[in-house]
Order: sequence, then structure tokens, then C-alpha cells
Amino acid sequence: MMTSDSNTAVEAETVLTVRGLKVRFDTPDGPIEAVKGVDLDVKAGETLAVVGESGSGKSQTMMAIMGLLAANGRATGSALYRGREMIGLPMKALNTIRGEKITMIFQEPMTSLDPLYPIGRQIAEPIRHHRGGTAAAARARVLELLELVGIPEPTRRIDSYPHELSGGQRQRAMIAMALANEPDILIADEPTTALDVTIQAQILTLLQSLQKRFGMAVVLITHDLGVVRHVADRVVVMRRGEVVERGRTADVFARPKADYTRMLIEAEPSGEKAPPAPDEPVLLEGRKLRVDYSTGGGFLKKAGLFTAVHGADIRLRQGQTIGLVGESGSGKSTLGRALLKLTPSSGTVLFNGRDISDFDRKAMRPLRRDMQLVFQDPFGSLSPRQTVGEIITEGLYVHEPQLSKAERDARAVAALHEVGLDPSARNRYPHEFSGGQRQRIAIARAIILKPRLVVLDEPTSALDRSVQGQVIELLRGLQKSHGLSYLFISHDLSVIRAMADYVIVMQAGRIVEEGETAGLFDHPCEAYTKALLSAAYSR
Amino acid sequence: MISFILRRLASAVPTLFIVVTISFFMMRFAPGGPFNLERPLPPQTMENLNRAYGLDLPLWQQYLRYLGNVVQGDFGPSYVYRDNTVDQLIAMGLPYSIRLGMMALLVALIGGVAAGTYAALRQNSLTDLLVMSVSTVGVTVPNFVVGPVLTLIFAVLLAWLPAGGWGDGSLRFLILPTIALALPQLAVFARLMRGAMIEALHADHIRTVRAYGLPPRTVIVTHAMRAALLPIVSYLAPCAAALLTGSAVIESIFTIPGVGRYFVIGAINRDYTLVMGTVVLIAIFVIVFNLVVDLLYGLLDPRVRHE
Repeated sequence: MMTSDSNTAVEAETVLTVRGLKVRFDTPDGPIEAVKGVDLDVKAGETLAVVGESGSGKSQTMMAIMGLLAANGRATGSALYRGREMIGLPMKALNTIRGEKITMIFQEPMTSLDPLYPIGRQIAEPIRHHRGGTAAAARARVLELLELVGIPEPTRRIDSYPHELSGGQRQRAMIAMALANEPDILIADEPTTALDVTIQAQILTLLQSLQKRFGMAVVLITHDLGVVRHVADRVVVMRRGEVVERGRTADVFARPKADYTRMLIEAEPSGEKAPPAPDEPVLLEGRKLRVDYSTGGGFLKKAGLFTAVHGADIRLRQGQTIGLVGESGSGKSTLGRALLKLTPSSGTVLFNGRDISDFDRKAMRPLRRDMQLVFQDPFGSLSPRQTVGEIITEGLYVHEPQLSKAERDARAVAALHEVGLDPSARNRYPHEFSGGQRQRIAIARAIILKPRLVVLDEPTSALDRSVQGQVIELLRGLQKSHGLSYLFISHDLSVIRAMADYVIVMQAGRIVEEGETAGLFDHPCEAYTKALLSAAYSR
Repeated sequence: MISFILRRLASAVPTLFIVVTISFFMMRFAPGGPFNLERPLPPQTMENLNRAYGLDLPLWQQYLRYLGNVVQGDFGPSYVYRDNTVDQLIAMGLPYSIRLGMMALLVALIGGVAAGTYAALRQNSLTDLLVMSVSTVGVTVPNFVVGPVLTLIFAVLLAWLPAGGWGDGSLRFLILPTIALALPQLAVFARLMRGAMIEALHADHIRTVRAYGLPPRTVIVTHAMRAALLPIVSYLAPCAAALLTGSAVIESIFTIPGVGRYFVIGAINRDYTLVMGTVVLIAIFVIVFNLVVDLLYGLLDPRVRHE
């Protein structure tokens, strides 16, 4: 099963040699150099991590080698697979290597599989193309592979469509496809980024065990240093299209040479938050909150009922930060919305001691200025057709209509100052800003109204680690200076640990555990919390 | 699946009822009547005619009576073709219309999908530009212009093809009306297909099959085209409706004795029952086509399969 005996040798053979690789994209605004001369070697059987933040060129390097650049991209330089040049190789010749000797798995297991064909058929396609053989033989091989990657009931699942599988199962199916022809190199492009933490850990463990068994090299493209530390033999750190550091994983983490690497390692969120004084008043309280969604239904058809939150109790005090943790579908965002009366719910909501359970939209409006919301996606949550100034002052028109134009502008300047942006930003449009800056704009929009409560729904999840740290610092500072209360919703436990003084863990719409941050992280009681924590911190 | 079809057919009943009601009253509120000829009839004759056809009753009674007849599949007598009932006229015209419509649909579908795919694979090239320009013309020029122009060129000037009529029903007679009827739809299909194909070729799962070294034919035909066909299939129903209404014009221009021509003649002569009959027929066609499209869509896309 081993591809070559040299795997066992001390100095393994180099299977992929990349020298001076450049990638250029022609855009209407002129050419963009995405990769500026990258050298790297992949040795048989090793795990090489290519690390970098968005825009570092780490993915494009691999896309160039695989001949998968977008139509406006051009690669120059050299990439030798066992002595064979891959850059500029005609497609027919390239197709004898990709899918056979070098395979790939991608970040989005949902969109990376064709939604219109059963997974078994898709896995069989490269087998039959590269190896030939009958459909029956390929099917038998697919069953074997599905078993190998741990998909339950492979005989049934082989005919399932991608949408009938969970995210983790889809990624397992992708891995089965990647292993089908026993490749020399498996390129994994952010293979776990789109998955929940507990699933992430399973997929990584699976990849490692399969790598041992098949003796293939794995090139892991990732932004997640936790993953790298756990699985990689060697690391290449990229920034702005160039390699800034390379070396053995342990060495790089222990003694980073480049400032950028050091910054990346230190960008892991740190610090903790002290709980508020016990006599602080309760600002927001939810009692037996329950949210039901009707599903389907239509003409002559009965609608189903899905309960997203089953009777949750929550108390948020002045100056407190509650971290609401859970995996996708746990109901954490829904609970946050129900507390703000943005989604219909049953149960009681008290704000500042007042029962607001039966308030309609109109009755809620005066209260809205005290309760603000910041979303995950800093791209989707800002109108592309308004200037930043218009975006952040919009709430003032509703809540402080007496303000003059000059006063509103002064408030905008002050808010932008507070979030660390240049006030000239208010005349520009959101697309001119980076993800981190946009999130600052979204925060400015929330705090300009001087709210008392801010619900932060995954505010750092779409950001690079280094930017994440800055946003966390900003949020902490604002909390201190304004005495804000936060409901911080996140799946990212390290961020929660740094931000929250109290943690609520949700699973399948139910609160499974809650407690003060330090206690809960150090001594989790429930099995689910333990699994969540070990998945996040074992690496 | 069966229950899905039954539910859809059941929901067609109120739709048809609304169509019948609206067109009945709209038709009646239009000025004139079936017996207002250029030379007015003597009042006594008029009265007799009105009584014979029940037009002297209050409008709501006429409506209820008509509704009752339609439920039994009886569209009543034609006011213009006095020897025939509307049912007979439809039975005579329908075969012509169906043949013409099916041919036009096939031409539009095959031509449009081929042209759109071709253009998408050569995005932004000269051929792409050409296909798109021609299809813009196809969409914008109405078929009552295309028809006579085609006749002028191919029938009058070149004398290759007959200018009109059904003749013996051979292909020669069908070519011009089919093209005139299909052209605007072909153009719409081409534009739709091009857009959908470009989108499909950029999808992540296309990147996957390319990354696994599968040949271009598999990438394009098996994976990209099947995804790109989904919007095409959804357009089939509105396309069928457009072809049905378009055939009214085309059949008149090329003097083809189809249902569309009866529709135009009926409307001009205030032949109430004839117009109503063709309207209901078109409505039924559109409903059936929508159902077929939904079933087809479920066949192509497992995510919307009907349980």
C-alpha cells in the first residue's frame, strides 16, 4: 500500500519542488501579484503546513501548481512533481497527475461536491477515469473508501446526495475521493475551517491516521495555528505573496524568527474579564424563552414545527459579558435575537426591570437605542450604497431627531475616533475598507447611540487572527469606558475565554451548562462541554 | 410524487376559475357584440339572435350558465362560425397549433442551449459578442416583424419556401412560421444558458472535478451543463405560454388554421364563446406545463425532489 520504501528512510525523498513561483492576476485595476516568488519542498510522507492570513497567497500557490487559477491568473516559475514540470504543462498531461498523484480537498465541503450527483458516483469518477475498470469494481472500491473514512452505513450513504449529509460527512466523502487513487500528495485547503470544533478534531485525526496508513505527503493550507501546531512536521509562513519563515514546527513555535510569525503566534486571544460587582443591577433577563419555527407547509400541506430554543433562562447584569457558546444549529444566535425581541418567542423578557415580552415593534423602538447588535459578516451587514458617515448616523435620525447636521457629524467623528478609525472615513464607502475596519464601522454604528447592551453575534469569526485580537481589545476598552453589557455569541472558545466573565453552553436548543468562565473552562461538568473544550484545546 | 401531482392539479381548479371569471367579464365589458355587423341587423332579428344565444339574460345569469357548461367541458356554440361549436373548432385547430408549437419549442430549446453554451465557453470573445448581439435583436424584434421579413426574403425574393398556409403539412410549409415563432424564445434561452453556464463553470464543485483531472467533456457536459440547465427548465413554462400567445400572431400571418388564429378572429368579431374557449385552453396548457416543469426540475435536482 505504501507508495515507496523511502518513506521509512531518515531523509525522505522530495516529491514536490517549487522554485520561484509567481502568480499574477490581470484585473481592470491593473495586474496584481498574488504570489511573488515562492520556494518550497514537500517530502514524501510528511505534513507541511502553509500558514498565512487572507491575501497571503497560500491558496493561490497551490492553485497555480494544480493548474486551477482563475482565467485571469498566470503562473510562472517552476513546480516539479518527481522531476516533472507542472507549470505550463498542457491540460491533458496535467490531468495524468492531478486526481491521480496529487489530490485536493477544499474548505467548503458543501459546495465542493456537485449537488446534483450522489457522492458514490462522484468518488467513483476519478477512479474510473485514472484507473479504468468496471462500474461495479469502482463501486466496491468506493464502499471500501467510505468505510475507511468513517461514514456510517456506507452501503446506504453511497447513494446519498451531498445535501443529505452533514458537513463533517461531506468532508469525509471529499477525503475518500482524495484517497481513491492513493496519491503521493494530498493538498488540504483549509479543510476544517467551515466545520464545528468537535467535527474539526475528528477530521484532523482521520487525516492523520490515513496519512500514516497510505504514506502520502499532506500539504495543509490554513490560517489556524492551533491546527498547525498539532499536526504539521514543517511550517512555511506566508505573508503578502512571500515566504517569511520556514522550519520545523516545534522550532518555529518555540523560536519564531520573523516578527510576523511572532505576531501570529501571539495573536491568540489572551486575558480575562473580571465579573461585575454582585450588586450590579440586572439589565436583561430572559425566563423560559422558547422559539419555534414552522417548517415547510403550503397549499393543502401541513407545516412542521421546529423548536430552536427550548425554554432558556438567562440573566445579564450591568457591565457583564455573557459568552454564549455552541456549534452551528445550537440556537445561540436565535436566543440572542429572541432576547432583543427580533424574533417571535414565548416566555418572559425583562429589560431594565420592565417586562417587554408583549411589546410590539412600535413599543420596542424607543428601547432599541439601548440594545444594539453587531453581526458576524462585516461585508453583508453594511449597505454598500451608503457612506460610512450615513451608515453610522442613521440611528440618530430615529432616536435623536432634534440633532442638527453639525451635531450629528460631530457624533460620527467621535464614534469613529472611539473605534480607532480616522474620521475622514465617514465620507467613504464600505468596500474601501478591510474586514477588520468594517467591523469597527459596525461597532461605531452600535455605540454612537450610547447603548447599554450590545449583542455581538460572532463579531470576530470572519476576521484574521491578528485583526481579531485588535477587535477584542477595542470591545474590551469600550465596555470599560461606557459600562456596556455584552452578550457575546461565538463558537470560538478562545475568544469567549478572553472576553466573557460568564459562559453559557448551548446544544440543540438547550442550555447544557453555565458558570463563571474560569470555573467552567477548568472544570467542565457536562460531557458535551468537555468534548467541546478538548476539541478546541487539545491541539 | 403522486400526491404532489394530485395536489397541484387540485390547486389548478381555483386558478382556472379565476381565469374564466376575469376573462368572461373583461370580454363583456369590451364595446360591441357578436352581432354588431357593419350593416346593422334589423332590431327584430337582433332580438331573436340574442334570445337564441341567451344574451338577453342578466349578465350574472349568463355567467353562471357559462360556468356550468364549462364544468361539463362544453364551451358553447361559436357566434361567428355558426355551424360549429367551440369544442369542434378547438378540436380542428389544436393539432396544427400543437405541431407548430412543439417544433418551435424544440428549435428554441436546442438552438438556445447550444448557442448559450458555445458563447459561455468563449466568454468575452468575438463569437460570444456576436451570439449575444444576435440574441438581443431576437429578443427585441417582435414576431409580427420577423414573420413578414422572413416571408419577404425566403418566399417572395428567393422563392425557396411557401409564403403561408399549411399545404400538405410538410416541413416546407412549417419552416418559416416555426422560425418566426421560435426566434425570440431561442434568444431568451441563449442568454439564460450563457449566464447559467458561466456561473456553473465558476462553481466550487467544477473546480473539484478539474482538480481531479477529469477530461473537459466530463467537466462541461456532466457537471456544468446539468447545473446550468436548471434555470432553462424553469423558463420552459413561461416559454410555452409565450409560444401559445405568439402563435396567435404567427398563425394569422402565415394563415395556419390553428387555435391561435381562431383566437384572433374571435376577439375581433366579439365571438365571446370562441375567445373564452381559447383562453381556457391556454390557461390549461400553462398550468400543465408548469406542473411538467416542476416534475422535470425535481428529476434534475435532487434537492427539490417531491416526496
